[in-house]
Amino acid sequence: MNFLYAAYTATWIIHITYLGILVQRYERLRSEIEELKKK
Amino acid sequence: MKRAFPIFALLTAILLSYALYEALVAAPTEQTMGNVQRIFYYHVPSAWTAFLLFTINFVASVWYLIRRSPHADAVAVVTAEVGVVFCTVVLLTGPLWARPVWGIWWTWDVRLTSTLVLWLIYISYLMLRRFSTSGQTPVLAAAMAILGALDVPLVYFSIWIFRTQHPQPVIGGGGSIDPRMWHVLLINWAAFLCFAGLICWSRYRLEILQREVEEAQALETLEPRSSR
Amino acid sequence: MSKNSGATAGVTGVTLAKDLRLEWRSKDAINSMLFFALLVVVVFSFSFDPNAEQSRQIAGGLVWVAVLFAAVVALNQTWARELRNQVLDAYRVSPAPANSLFLAKALGNFIFVAVLEMLMTPLFIMFYKLRPLGPAWQLIPLAVLGTWAIVVNGTFFAAMSLRARSREIMLPLLLFPVTIPALLALVNATTAILTGELSARFWIVLLTTYDVVFTIACLLLFELVLHAE
Repeated sequence: MNFLYAAYTATWIIHITYLGILVQRYERLRSEIEELKKK
Repeated sequence: MKRAFPIFALLTAILLSYALYEALVAAPTEQTMGNVQRIFYYHVPSAWTAFLLFTINFVASVWYLIRRSPHADAVAVVTAEVGVVFCTVVLLTGPLWARPVWGIWWTWDVRLTSTLVLWLIYISYLMLRRFSTSGQTPVLAAAMAILGALDVPLVYFSIWIFRTQHPQPVIGGGGSIDPRMWHVLLINWAAFLCFAGLICWSRYRLEILQREVEEAQALETLEPRSSR
Repeated sequence: MSKNSGATAGVTGVTLAKDLRLEWRSKDAINSMLFFALLVVVVFSFSFDPNAEQSRQIAGGLVWVAVLFAAVVALNQTWARELRNQVLDAYRVSPAPANSLFLAKALGNFIFVAVLEMLMTPLFIMFYKLRPLGPAWQLIPLAVLGTWAIVVNGTFFAAMSLRARSREIMLPLLLFPVTIPALLALVNATTAILTGELSARFWIVLLTTYDVVFTIACLLLFELVLHAE
């Protein structure tokens, strides 16, 4: 039974991690755009 | 277009929650395996989604080689990345299902092993994209995608031969599926497809934005606005 | 069409002859790789020390993994000379078909890896006291097909990693996943021949299919890769 919860949890951890990576990259891009706008 | 995104996200969240309920509660308990079998409702849709994404990657790669459309290349990158994410899910849920049911973490099951090789091929594809400093990386990546796609049926066939010579346990069950389980499976697949679509959409916008920024940065280096 | 294929064969032959001549003259690349192949065999022998019965079961895997690693070292320097002397630009503008350059490089690598194998095999036989129980003659076509499988993809991926950071590690990263079915076929066929228990026929058919598919694919795609650099 624990394996069932582990599997479902693992799935969502993977997806959330990836979404987190995407958010991070968005933020970095946003700061780069700000820099470009200043110049 | 932008307004559709939050609506779609909300619908997907609802669908995923409903699918989760169906998988954990509503679906009938399997006779021999018990509740652990419910991993099936996450494992199989993730696999189908990953394969679909990789197929799209193949088509986009070929399209890029023919038309040199930057949008095709962006689609290729996006589907490869998201495909790897879903493939990772498949490779983790598979052993987690196999261990309690068959007592082993891994076996040279045709589908599981083919998925592993597919995962490896696409990770090497992503590494090529990251490490290549050539200006024509999309062309190289597209060639890689084609070779990878050619490899997959060969992988499948080679493991099939291996298994006829060395019989191994079959993970993932063969045989017919209870129609109620099939119903839950399809719901979960629909939910994960929507979720994949959502992620791909976001990733695609990120990719386009990134390319625009890089172009602007390159332009800035060549013609600094302050000097104009 | 016949004129074109004549030109292709001609350019291939000339390029191959030039490569072989240059390698033979320089010899440092050959020597270091031969020594590396020897070291690989010796290290493997220390890692696994089975008796004669067991050795037949695992020698197949050991030999081909050792060859794969030694081949990577050879493949990494496929285009080194061209890069050093900026020859690739000349190839791009010349009317010589890109295929012939690829074929010449692949054949050169094939000869080279074959030489490595001819060194490594007797050592393996000696260290593991190998004596094939099955049809040993099948090992020859198997070795030819298997070496070509590794080399054709290896030469292609070496070209793809030319302008990449960490070029030397990129090659095995790209090569190994794609080579898995060929490796599976090689190892299982060799084990089948050594132990005499099963037929290697299916594996040899698979390997032939693999070779045909990837040779055609690499020849068709190489033009793109050459111009992409």
